[in-house]
Amino acid sequence: MTDTARLSEIVASHAEREGALLPILHDVQAEFGFIPEAALDPIATALRLSRAEVAGVIGFYHDFRRQPAGRHVLKLCRAEACQAMGGVALQARLERALGQKIGETKDGITFEAVYCLGLCACAPAAQVDGRLVGRLDAAAVDALAEEMRA
Amino acid sequence: MRFWVPADAAARACGADAVAAAIAAEAARRGIPVEIIRNGTRGMVWLEPLVEIEAPEGRLGFGPMTVADVASLFAAPATHPKALGPTEEIPFFKRQTRLTFARCGRTDPLSLSDYEAGGGLAGLRVALAKKPEEIVDDVVTSGLRGRGGAGFPTGIKWRTVQLARAPKKYIVCNADEGDSGSFADRMLMEGDPFCLIEGMAIAALATGATQGFVYIRSEYPDAIAVMRRAVGIATAAGVIGDAILGSGHAFHMEIREGAGAYVCGEETSLLNSLEGKRGVVRAKPPLPALQGFMASPTVVNNVLSLAAVPWIMAEGPEAYSAIGIGRSRGTIPLQIAGNVKFGGLFETGFGITLGEIVNDIAGGTASGRPVKAVQVGGPLGAYHPVSDFELAFCYECFAEQKGLVGHAGLVVHDDSADMMALARFAMEFCAVESCGKCTPCRIGAVRGVETLDRIAAGDGAALALLDDLCELMKTGSLCALGGFTPYPVQSALRHFPEEFTPVREAAE
Repeated sequence: MTDTARLSEIVASHAEREGALLPILHDVQAEFGFIPEAALDPIATALRLSRAEVAGVIGFYHDFRRQPAGRHVLKLCRAEACQAMGGVALQARLERALGQKIGETKDGITFEAVYCLGLCACAPAAQVDGRLVGRLDAAAVDALAEEMRA
Repeated sequence: MRFWVPADAAARACGADAVAAAIAAEAARRGIPVEIIRNGTRGMVWLEPLVEIEAPEGRLGFGPMTVADVASLFAAPATHPKALGPTEEIPFFKRQTRLTFARCGRTDPLSLSDYEAGGGLAGLRVALAKKPEEIVDDVVTSGLRGRGGAGFPTGIKWRTVQLARAPKKYIVCNADEGDSGSFADRMLMEGDPFCLIEGMAIAALATGATQGFVYIRSEYPDAIAVMRRAVGIATAAGVIGDAILGSGHAFHMEIREGAGAYVCGEETSLLNSLEGKRGVVRAKPPLPALQGFMASPTVVNNVLSLAAVPWIMAEGPEAYSAIGIGRSRGTIPLQIAGNVKFGGLFETGFGITLGEIVNDIAGGTASGRPVKAVQVGGPLGAYHPVSDFELAFCYECFAEQKGLVGHAGLVVHDDSADMMALARFAMEFCAVESCGKCTPCRIGAVRGVETLDRIAAGDGAALALLDDLCELMKTGSLCALGGFTPYPVQSALRHFPEEFTPVREAAE
């Protein structure tokens, strides 16, 4: 199936829903890894929106990407409960180990902040390629950095 | 042998899947037939993964379990180093009043028969025998107030929707639980999803709504998956769908996923997001109860508000309102987090003091150092020093101390906490998450970060400016994000002024 056909299929599967745009964008991103430029017009047309409205929605939410992410995505929680358990130092340690700041994609690794994963009683926490990890310490983040670089 | 290994996200984040696999492998090696039930969590997160085995005296707990601890669980459970005795006798569990979380951790979350055996659907059956206005009256009588943080009486909101005339009405569950220190919504959805579905069905009967949405934040992939399956099971079984339990009332439900925006926890922003728009806040009026989703009358309630309703209907509103103090009735699922020895979910009646929670229940800090401050109510909640420990947990008590109960999450910090950094973080977070609609929040948060940086650099004159900015944000912002961000900032300033003075530069 071509990308265009797959996109039409996704859009059609949600067209009857009330407020279909977010479900469509989630599925498009799940399929392609990001929201391709070429997807904007077909989505806008199907939902009778302007292209700018679709772009505006994509830009509003932290989750949606206009460019592909790295081959690994590491999200580290920066919120208060994780800070209370040494999260700030772990962030600095990861930044050193990965050679990149939080918020950057480099060498196939996307390192991002997340504000709470609901793992506040087993902080500090992170999400590694979708997998949740809690009770992080220096040794655990070193192992994560190794895993990311492999 | 029968085992329970929680599939709750916190348990999984601490290795529960590997432990469950190890149990299956060890059983196979020994040729013992086993049943492994993936239950919700009991809420004692410091003990996760908390494995239970069935015994004549009840379920016995073991935790926190690792893969290496599994083999001896088969050999000598009684003398196992991680043995905790009967799970429900553990003091943290035993001293709770678990109404909303009565089943969470006990049952297989996706077994409808487990749910009914544990008292589920009793409330819905009571509601089906009542007139809509009687259901609303019961919820008003119970004294239930919005558990998302605003504390608005749930029954009054329902009445507004019930009295509204419109061709279609909606029940929207706010499961955009973005507050740091909060995880009760997540635990309930993962551990007892039918309870939320039942609460929403009762709200539908009371108001005449026919469509329900649960808006769950994308940071909760497990809760989304469990809720989707539960809605499918409940619909197939006829609990909801074309006819609630075979009655004449239709109620369809759909799970919607957020996309990473803290502000979507604000109800009007959530409604815009649900409609497929940017999650910007709407000015009120109109109230969502009258013009909410797609401009139709809409109940927007937090997970815990809706999940409290089945118990209220089954046991009677008076039984619920008999618990609590002042105008804070019933139970509150406290979420104890951050730097604590015993972190987790603790459901109890309103009125317990902050000191009891932090010292007695949470056992003080995990680091063993003295407690410095407790942030109550999420990133928009105030920092409370130890001198506030006599404060009783109730909406009005916290408001009087310039704080808030919020979603009842508590984040404990030890004496290594840098209050200036935490105040700066509050402003920084507001700047990252502001929807941009109103100026006090959008610009104010950025100026707040800059002003705190000036103070840190030794500019004492900036202190008055920061206070002035905070007052402006409080009075001029459209929603709680800009309006409450000053709470953590000003409370840090008020209780720890020495950390905001330019002393550090003078000392260098």
